[in-house]
Amino acid sequence: MTNEDLLQNDDRPIYGLMAEFDTPTEVVNGARRAHDAGYRQMDAFSPFPIHELTEAVGAKKTRLPLLVFFGGLVGCVGGFLMQAYMMAVDYPLNVGGRPLVSIPSFIPVTFECTVLLAATTAVVSMIVLNGLPRPYHPVFNVPRFDLASRNRFFLLIESTDPKFNRDETRLFLRSLNSREVSDVDY
Amino acid sequence: MSEVHTHAAHTAADFAAPPELGRLQLLAIIAAVVGLALTAVGALLDHEQFFHSYLVGYVFWVGVSAGCLALLMVQHLAGGAWGVVIRRVLESASSPLMMVLLLLLFIPVVLGAHDLYEWTHAEAVRTNEILKWKAPYLNLPFFIGRTILYFAIWGALAYFLNVWSNRQDEDVAHGYIYERRMRTLSGPGIVLFALTVTFASVDWVMALDPEWYSTIFGILFMGGWGLSALAFVIAVSVFLSGRRPMHDVLAPAHFHDLGKLLLAFVMLWAYFSFSQLLIIWSGNLPEEIPWYLRRYSGGWQVLSIALIVLHFMLPFLLLLSRDLKRNARLLGAVALFVIVMRVVDVFWLIAPEAHHREASYVGHLDPLAVLFGAAAVIGIGGVWFWLFVWGLRKRPLMPLGDPLLEKALHHGQHHH
Repeated sequence: MTNEDLLQNDDRPIYGLMAEFDTPTEVVNGARRAHDAGYRQMDAFSPFPIHELTEAVGAKKTRLPLLVFFGGLVGCVGGFLMQAYMMAVDYPLNVGGRPLVSIPSFIPVTFECTVLLAATTAVVSMIVLNGLPRPYHPVFNVPRFDLASRNRFFLLIESTDPKFNRDETRLFLRSLNSREVSDVDY
Repeated sequence: MSEVHTHAAHTAADFAAPPELGRLQLLAIIAAVVGLALTAVGALLDHEQFFHSYLVGYVFWVGVSAGCLALLMVQHLAGGAWGVVIRRVLESASSPLMMVLLLLLFIPVVLGAHDLYEWTHAEAVRTNEILKWKAPYLNLPFFIGRTILYFAIWGALAYFLNVWSNRQDEDVAHGYIYERRMRTLSGPGIVLFALTVTFASVDWVMALDPEWYSTIFGILFMGGWGLSALAFVIAVSVFLSGRRPMHDVLAPAHFHDLGKLLLAFVMLWAYFSFSQLLIIWSGNLPEEIPWYLRRYSGGWQVLSIALIVLHFMLPFLLLLSRDLKRNARLLGAVALFVIVMRVVDVFWLIAPEAHHREASYVGHLDPLAVLFGAAAVIGIGGVWFWLFVWGLRKRPLMPLGDPLLEKALHHGQHHH
């Protein structure tokens, strides 16, 4: 495709512009330069996790750890109170003459409840915070995007970015030593 | 990769130890003199108390060395950037000379065996069926022989891991050959470590009460010693990260990894300790429960609660934070606190056994026991730390020939 081909259908609204890179180094450098250039509404895709990439695209801190902590706390307190209520109030049972509320014997179940609620909170919160399930997403309209799960790296700048200008952004993404820049159709 | 990094080969001078370590050695000498002098005063006042205090300090510092030996073998087996940056600290803390020093420091334990171990008294063995039954294992010559064997095994492992590491520094081009050798030794080495620590913990600590037993005791020590060693390594790394050359090496990503390991070891210790309590508490058997009852009254319960709250809960909650783990100063503060709690744990395991066979035993936590226990930890620690720093200063602070050196140097900064 030539520049003219791309510029011809400029009036058609697009989701964003996507640059393809061969190496993780290039995508991280590209994301850093895009961030330096003032772009904020962007995302990057890689076949494996790259910590620097998360920082380079300026990803905000997630609330997930805090939610998991409180999930665990609820499981811990709830698990303990559940046993105390069962053993001492609902159906008092004398086990070998021990006190009805025997803390050591409650610890394993309290621990399991902590893990159960923390893990469940983590999974459910991750799904909700990510906006899943999402059966349709525009990025898959880019024909080569399936390579993001194999050996290519992609940087996306969304059209909602205040600094987004279709022609300038395209030229900018080209200047990042990218292999190819594609429109992301809605 | 599109960019071609051309790394100049690193030389020993790039990673030369900072001169500030010399000042630490001076501090270690002062600590050794003050601590051992105070311990000697304790010996004049009450020799049974003295030997128990000495054993507290001795077992704690053996734990740091043996724990460092285990972590050294784990990092050879597992690889990873976290291990390369702490390898020299691990090697210096578990050097062959250190094992010789610790074996020599065992002599006072032998001299105090009559005060420490009831089964060394012929009279007690004659009148006690249990001691008579255990005599083929619990007798002084075999006890001494076993300890020599533990140090022979630890010393041999330490010797080869240090010698090959030195050769790796000299022959950087063939570093991978020595790495493979060290990895091959570390596999069986870990198995030997598990066995020796199990027997050592039974001999030195569990045998203080020869009628009591706990089958999880060895694992409890493996977890505890691993935790002591890791906390010590983190504290030293934080100190080194404030100065060149390690200032340019140690990044938040390294401390993040070490912090995660510390959190895992804190949980491991709590898991093992609680498992022992739960089983003995549930069984409530007359031959098992007295060990806990001694730690449940007379002031000892304060330490028992402190172990739950300060050895587990507080470090656990603090180490959950990602920001704390990536902050060297804060992580170092937590590591120092964990070291203090490790000493409290060893004290709690050993000190309540002093005098407990005597008719007049009331079982109170004696402030003097705390004082002399602390003095022994500081005194033995001074000698130990002096030798540790001496070993650390001799060599570059990073293993020059490690195949993972470049990866470790750029951990969390670049990617490949």
